[in-house]
Amino acid sequence: MSFWKRHQIVEKNSILLIIGILLVIAVGGFVEITPLFYLKSTIEKVDGMRPYTPLELAGRNIYVREGCYLCHSQMIRPLRDEIERYGHYSLAAESMFDHPFQWGSKRTGPDLARVGGKYSDEWHVTHLVNPRAIVPQSVMPGYPFLAETDLEVTGVVEHLSTSRVVGVPYSDEQIANAAADLKAQADPDSDGADALQKRYPKAVVRNFDGKAQRLTEMDALVAYLQMLGTLVDFKLYNEKANLR
Amino acid sequence: MSDHSIKQMTPAESGLSILFAILAFLSLVGAALGKDQAYIFHAYLACAASVAAVFAIGNRYFARPAKLPVQEIDGRPNYNFGPVKFATVAAVFWGIAGFTVGLVIALQLAYPVLNLDLPWTTFGRLRPLHTSAVIFAFGGNVLIATSFYVVQRTCRARLAGDLAPWFVVLGYNFFIVIAGTGYLLGVTQSKEYAEPEWYADLWLTIVWVMYLLVFLGTILKRKEPHIFVANWFYLAFIVTIAVLHLGNNPALPVSILGSKSYVAWGGVQDAMFQWWYGHNAVGFFLTAGFLAIMYYFIPKRAERPIYSYRLSIIHFWALIFLYIWAGPHHLHYTALPDWTQTLGMTFSIMLWMPSWGGMINGLMTLSGAWDKLRTDPVLRMMVVSVAFYGMSTFEGPMMSIKVVNSLSHYTDWTIGHVHSGALGWVGFVSFGAIYCLVPWLWNRKQLYSLRLVNWHFWIATIGIVLYISAMWVSGILQGLMWRAYTSLGFLEYSFIETVEAMHPFYIIRAAGGSLFLVGALIMAYNLWMTIRVGEVEETLPRAALQPAE
Repeated sequence: MSFWKRHQIVEKNSILLIIGILLVIAVGGFVEITPLFYLKSTIEKVDGMRPYTPLELAGRNIYVREGCYLCHSQMIRPLRDEIERYGHYSLAAESMFDHPFQWGSKRTGPDLARVGGKYSDEWHVTHLVNPRAIVPQSVMPGYPFLAETDLEVTGVVEHLSTSRVVGVPYSDEQIANAAADLKAQADPDSDGADALQKRYPKAVVRNFDGKAQRLTEMDALVAYLQMLGTLVDFKLYNEKANLR
Repeated sequence: MSDHSIKQMTPAESGLSILFAILAFLSLVGAALGKDQAYIFHAYLACAASVAAVFAIGNRYFARPAKLPVQEIDGRPNYNFGPVKFATVAAVFWGIAGFTVGLVIALQLAYPVLNLDLPWTTFGRLRPLHTSAVIFAFGGNVLIATSFYVVQRTCRARLAGDLAPWFVVLGYNFFIVIAGTGYLLGVTQSKEYAEPEWYADLWLTIVWVMYLLVFLGTILKRKEPHIFVANWFYLAFIVTIAVLHLGNNPALPVSILGSKSYVAWGGVQDAMFQWWYGHNAVGFFLTAGFLAIMYYFIPKRAERPIYSYRLSIIHFWALIFLYIWAGPHHLHYTALPDWTQTLGMTFSIMLWMPSWGGMINGLMTLSGAWDKLRTDPVLRMMVVSVAFYGMSTFEGPMMSIKVVNSLSHYTDWTIGHVHSGALGWVGFVSFGAIYCLVPWLWNRKQLYSLRLVNWHFWIATIGIVLYISAMWVSGILQGLMWRAYTSLGFLEYSFIETVEAMHPFYIIRAAGGSLFLVGALIMAYNLWMTIRVGEVEETLPRAALQPAE
């Protein structure tokens, strides 16, 4: 029986056809995706990486909500010009706590993987309110409403505990203190600031939006932007550790 | 059954009414207890839609005769074209909406003041609205309409189910409304082309399973021994999209009363899942599904059999096997392991072969009927769409080569590539299919005006050419500027200088997009006039398409 004759079996049986389709499409995904859950290079732990503080996480959620990832990548490729422009190439470990990932696919604006600490808080606030006030040729939308909107503070604990279920290693202590930590990070004079920095090493405590009396969405977003790419100390990182 | 049978609600009618009544109540509870504005708004929408569904089912019950529509009349299938008509109209509506939003965001990139600095009008929220409106709302309705038409015709059987096809069509469009309004309100998972949040995903899963059941049920009832080629492609599209949707979207809501959720996958794994999904949304939604359209509508319109039946067998299996592997080419030089990237690249290049096999099969179907290209602008539109398919499926593998990708990635070249496929291939083949379908569905002798089709064709073609060439130039220019060094070894351009250089091309792109939109408006007018004043056709039985052997 020729191949063409044999193929008529599936042409006449819809269930076999569906089974055939399922088998054929399963191979590629299986081969490419499953190893990523156990290969050393994709699950390595790197010193310095920690889960987001409650305020950074809130800022990250605003970043997601506003679709920033549509114009800004967070993935520096190991190419000479990118390393010189943006810094050390991105490691898998640097986005291991990112649910969802924010690597992006387009650079209408520059990469933000290591934007943390590059500019002052004031620069960010002014730029987010009106990008063209600082960069006249910019095509970025203005986000003045972020500075006017109070940050949603209820449900912080649930955000952290949900993240823990999907794999972000928040400790019981971090979850229990989430509400206090959220407020403390934008209030340098508060008692909670030290405790926050113990729970989240390298967390920056500042009044990000310059308005002492209010905790706004601007505070959260700038807190997130200012920590991007700052956690891993590349003077100590061993690039050869994963070579085989 | 005798004509005197007592009128009774079918199990589907009573069951669905009860389910929708419960859903209406639950949505009301959700609206009362919801934790964020978007969730509350969506709960009200769901409540209103559920109440409307109960009323619609009731109305239909009281209006219909005791007997349900029969499967056959005088030995000929009693086709169910109601849902097909709805999806066709919806496709035209969403198409124009999606093209318009596309034009708006194209203009925003040229003139940022158009973002208006309001939350719901910024580029970041409108861009998913554009992509979802054109891919899922326009493309999805075209696929549902054509698949429900083709499967009935080629199986010579009435669509399976009584309410089920309506559930699929209306349920799918409700999903679109939830997704679209969600984007404007800032509800998004941020996974490209899979942005809708958990509750929209759940609803889509139910609708999609029903879609598969209706489609499969119709195939199982078929009067033809063979399952027609187009139906293989539709089946692969429906089944694979279900798998991709389930694989990419598992998420845990922060609260069952709120819109926000956290995706189960993180970091590298999430990136790989996303582009396994993302690239195969292209491969199975925008390719396999629309190839099914090619395999039915081009032979039908050209009145020629498919060029090679054996080629279509190879085309089918090779295409669906190879496509799944291509996802990693969206992640070249990222933190994804090198071997995965190389594998993705290799399969992307191999994918060129079945793609062109399919293109050849579509184009050569015209052999012996090439003269029709001069006289039939609808056929010309579909043939040109296949040519665009060939061009994009050459460009894609080329861009998947790592060294090429190091230049093209993150630039407008990608946007140009996507649009040569989306406007040229998906857009044109859809317009062709819609131009065929409307006279068939509304029993009209022909379209209102072939001259208007001709205008649509040329205006839209010029629009596409302007669009894609502007994006080629801007993309390659930007890629080269990013990596340019001075003779002293410094980076030559700051990032903002590369943004500034894009401005003229963004204007040309917007001009191209507006031409494409004008073409679609001409189509809408033409279709409207066809339905309104077109000459009624005497119903003659149309022979179902035979597979060529």
